[in-house]
Amino acid sequence: MSAVARYLRIATLQLRISASAGMTYRADFLLEGGLALVSLGLLLLPWIVLFGTGHTMARGWDQASALMVLAYFTGVRAVLEGLISPSLVDLLERIRSGAFDYVLLKPADAQALVSTSRCEPWQIFNLLFAIGLAAYAFVLRGSGPAPEDVALGVVLFGAGLLAMYSLWLLCAAAGFWVVRLDNLTYLLGAIFDVARWPVQVFRGVWRFVFTFVIPVAVMTTFPAKALLGELDAKAALATIGGALVLVVVSRLVWRLAIRNYTSASS
Amino acid sequence: MIRRGRALRAIPTLLRVGVAETVAYRAEFLVWILTTTLPLVMLGLWTSVASEVPFQSGSGKPYSSADFVAYYLSVLIVRNLTGNWVAWQVSEEVRMGAMSMRLLRPLHPFVAYSMSHLAAVPFRSLVALPIAGALLISSGASVLTREPLQLVLLVPSIALAWLITFSLQFTLGALAFFVTKTMALLNLYFLMFSLFSGYLLPQDLLPGWIASAAEVLPFRYTLGVPVELMTHELDGGRVAALMLYQLAWAAVSLAMALWAWRLGVKRYEAVGG
Repeated sequence: MSAVARYLRIATLQLRISASAGMTYRADFLLEGGLALVSLGLLLLPWIVLFGTGHTMARGWDQASALMVLAYFTGVRAVLEGLISPSLVDLLERIRSGAFDYVLLKPADAQALVSTSRCEPWQIFNLLFAIGLAAYAFVLRGSGPAPEDVALGVVLFGAGLLAMYSLWLLCAAAGFWVVRLDNLTYLLGAIFDVARWPVQVFRGVWRFVFTFVIPVAVMTTFPAKALLGELDAKAALATIGGALVLVVVSRLVWRLAIRNYTSASS
Repeated sequence: MIRRGRALRAIPTLLRVGVAETVAYRAEFLVWILTTTLPLVMLGLWTSVASEVPFQSGSGKPYSSADFVAYYLSVLIVRNLTGNWVAWQVSEEVRMGAMSMRLLRPLHPFVAYSMSHLAAVPFRSLVALPIAGALLISSGASVLTREPLQLVLLVPSIALAWLITFSLQFTLGALAFFVTKTMALLNLYFLMFSLFSGYLLPQDLLPGWIASAAEVLPFRYTLGVPVELMTHELDGGRVAALMLYQLAWAAVSLAMALWAWRLGVKRYEAVGG
């Protein structure tokens, strides 16, 4: 238990340092806050255009359930851009410059250290906004969620985050072999964009890819269905199981990757 | 005058260097190209919506599945040919101090950067070609324009779109001289671009006031105009107006880029040395 407490303490400390470092670039910091709001509006625009003209999304996704998927998308993206992505940029920079040496020297697990090295505090507002969207989806529906559905929805949100984090770690591990990959974070963000719509929107091979190969459906569609009380137990278990498998695989690849690390410093 | 002659003579070498750079950093180049997935995501959504009944836009023009396929694949092609990341490059070099080296060269960095990005265009075409092929054999082919005038104007329109995009990005990059870290500005640019250029939604699907704002802002002329030339039937007057707007924005954005650079470089402090 003390190990967990120790890593939690390290994480909070690192994040606090990162937040104050972020605030030193004042113009950038304030603008970032304003942008968070604008990007939310942009995210909702296709939804407004689509349902504002009285259309329905194909295959049983009505206005409220499509909004729920967007709520989950906003939530997962807040964590992605608030924590995962900044830390990834930082890690790739350290690999390239050789500063990763100092991470390995520290008497703590390297994966834990690099995973919490940077944060963007503004993203907390996006997380709150995601909760607001989910609540509004229930208002549109006209009925509240059952307590057990809320519990499952929260658990699956956690599973989605774990899946996201593991995919991130796999990509970061690629940074040990291909050195100049600073823009990888944009690629992750771009692939994750798929998750803003229910996976049923995609057909045939794409639906398969986004469910099993790059499991973005696991991060938004399934948890949204769970919170709406429409997910069966088998799918819920498969989602949690899939996320755990990804965590284990990414941990193994990460260990293989740092064994391959041949410092870039001179 | 002598300086200009020297710059001209340097161009073939700069292009060769650009080609070599693209080949050397091919992984990074490929990743940049793969990041343009948003049109495909939107394509998935809208074809799914329009698969049963055509989607009625606010202006009354019905959008069928084929219309959406043609629109978003054209977006991908134009975006591929005109996209670049020079703002990111310039601001990083300013932040890390690597700009000092460029300033020593007897050549305006605008020329140097633009040549290195122009050299990447043939490689970008390699990616754009399969998409164009997919467009021609998909259902989208039926709604592509057959108007000769629009097809002829497509090439200059894409070239102008490239120039506007590059100049706007260069301007943003030069702002790094003032605020050191410009990531937020770049994000703002991309958000406005997504909204106003037709990248996220075709202009006639946007709510009225956004569509009219798009008409006067530069973003539409970096993407939407070539795409509309490819996919919409436009009358002659409209085509002429769009091309003139595009030319005007190209001139304005180029002037802006050079001006921002001149102001900025005076403040350069060579961070990191």
